[in-house]
Amino acid sequence: MTDVISTDAPALRHGLSAPDIKVRSYLQTVTHRLRHDPVTLFFLAVILIIALAAICAPWIAPFDPNKTGTLYRLKPIGFRGFILGTDELGRDMLSRLIYGARTSLVMGLTPVVLATVIGGTLGVTAGFHGGRVNMCIMRIVDVFYAFPSVLLAVAISGTMGGGIQNGLIALTLVFIPPLCRIAETTTTQVRSLDFVEAARASGASSASIIIHHVLANAAAPLFIYASSLISVAILLAAGLSFLGLGVEPPTADWGMMLSNLRQAIYVQPLVCALPGVAIFITSLSFNLVSDGLRQAMDVRA
Amino acid sequence: MFNYIVRRVLFAIPIAIGVTIVCFSLVYLAPGDPLQLVLPPDATADDRAILATLYGFDKPIPVQYLNWLMRALCGDMGVSIQTSRPVFGEVIRALGNTVVISAGAVALAFTLAFILGTVAAYNLGKPADRIATAISVVGVSVPSYWLGIVLIIWFSVELGWLPATGLGPKGSAGFSFLHWEQARYAILPIVTMSFAPLGIIARNTRAAIADVLSQDFVQMLRAKGLGPLPVLRHAVRNALPQILAVMGLQFGYLVGGSILVETIFNWPGTGFLLGKAILTRDVPVLQGTILVLAISFVMTNLVVDLMQTAVDPRIKRS
Repeated sequence: MTDVISTDAPALRHGLSAPDIKVRSYLQTVTHRLRHDPVTLFFLAVILIIALAAICAPWIAPFDPNKTGTLYRLKPIGFRGFILGTDELGRDMLSRLIYGARTSLVMGLTPVVLATVIGGTLGVTAGFHGGRVNMCIMRIVDVFYAFPSVLLAVAISGTMGGGIQNGLIALTLVFIPPLCRIAETTTTQVRSLDFVEAARASGASSASIIIHHVLANAAAPLFIYASSLISVAILLAAGLSFLGLGVEPPTADWGMMLSNLRQAIYVQPLVCALPGVAIFITSLSFNLVSDGLRQAMDVRA
Repeated sequence: MFNYIVRRVLFAIPIAIGVTIVCFSLVYLAPGDPLQLVLPPDATADDRAILATLYGFDKPIPVQYLNWLMRALCGDMGVSIQTSRPVFGEVIRALGNTVVISAGAVALAFTLAFILGTVAAYNLGKPADRIATAISVVGVSVPSYWLGIVLIIWFSVELGWLPATGLGPKGSAGFSFLHWEQARYAILPIVTMSFAPLGIIARNTRAAIADVLSQDFVQMLRAKGLGPLPVLRHAVRNALPQILAVMGLQFGYLVGGSILVETIFNWPGTGFLLGKAILTRDVPVLQGTILVLAISFVMTNLVVDLMQTAVDPRIKRS
């Protein structure tokens, strides 16, 4: 089933003789396409570098990210060993940006993974059982879908109070509805197909039908959609901490750094813009890699 | 058609009720006793009991919900803990300001995105398409709160062309686009807000028009000898209802998610109100704003859906 016959299109077009037909597995096709997509590969490398910097932060950061220095407040880029300058409390910007990558990646990836598992489970359950179960789950999801994502995230973490944990809960709740819908749609489609009927007729249990047929078909669209949510999660999480609803100070976080440096735009505009550049590059990279994956896996948007 | 409208409106009602339940529950999500916020620190247990009866907190939760809902329907959402002013009036006044910049942002985004998307779809895979696609990816990836700061640094601090924050010159009461002195205050917020919808609308336009262009009837038009512009005109006419629907939804998202941009520009809309309410833990304002915004979003969705059905004769929904 996984064998896909991929033909070399130009060869076919110009091929006066027999077209060049190769038989590749799905995974091979996807990796083959990715390998020929320089944009995706480049931004994948950017993500890996950011992730590596986040993991190795204690070893590569030139300074302690929380060490303040009254003498070195708001110094420009390149000032006496502070490669990217210092912030309003005299802390090294580069070190804080490297440590901030940790918060950003955690806040970007955790809610998406959690929401994929929870939303996927809910969606598959709703789609597979249909009827009243579907009705109950999907109507509740519809209600949460009726909130704009920023509003829902702000409403939940605004009332529960700031902090990384509440932020994670809020973002997970924001992402469950769309993922649940995708899982439900694919499951409902697959469930009515003949091969599922055949599997059932040959005595397959519900569990094995879900694992072998439903999940096999729902996994790709879910995965692609989830990957496109990572950049949304990073933007939203940094937005929440920009509003004072994120991590507790002095933990380094790009959104909070941006909000704290807002008062200093008249003094050091360039330094003040840096945390935003970090957010932008990270979210752009995740967006482009997700687009590349979507094309390589050939899932319709 | 009529049946569809009735069904669609009826479908929106349970959603709206669900939304009110979520908004009502927000108070119970807040840590601690909701009365703690209004009680002075030296209040006795008796004071607390009196106040609980006064606010109806002694009744069972479903009864509290119904009472709350009835009052909210009549436009009574309580008073702000900070300012003692009625919440409903504050929210409605702020909503007007938010709609002004959201509508401006969507109009700007749509104009640019429509051109970008059409050019990209017509030149699928060519450099023009690459550039247009790159612009739309940048649009959805750029954090609006950072973009706002960059624009302030550039146009207000460095160049001094536009005012950085606020609704208008000192002493102005409302907002009006007719006076340049006031309208210039809205330019930076509108530009900042337009980036995300620009990216999304451009993507959808590209996909929709490319889809139409790949259909057989376009092939026929070309075979008939039509030039590029008349062909595009046919494609646009076919794709437009779908694109307009995306635009309507983006407007809804902007109104609901205006908090970040309004916080940066001190623009006194609903988002700004919400931000202030979060900082001061003003629960009635928080709840009221979220309720009004969520219900507006449900209504926007409804209107967009109905308009799309009305505009597009191909959609026959049973």
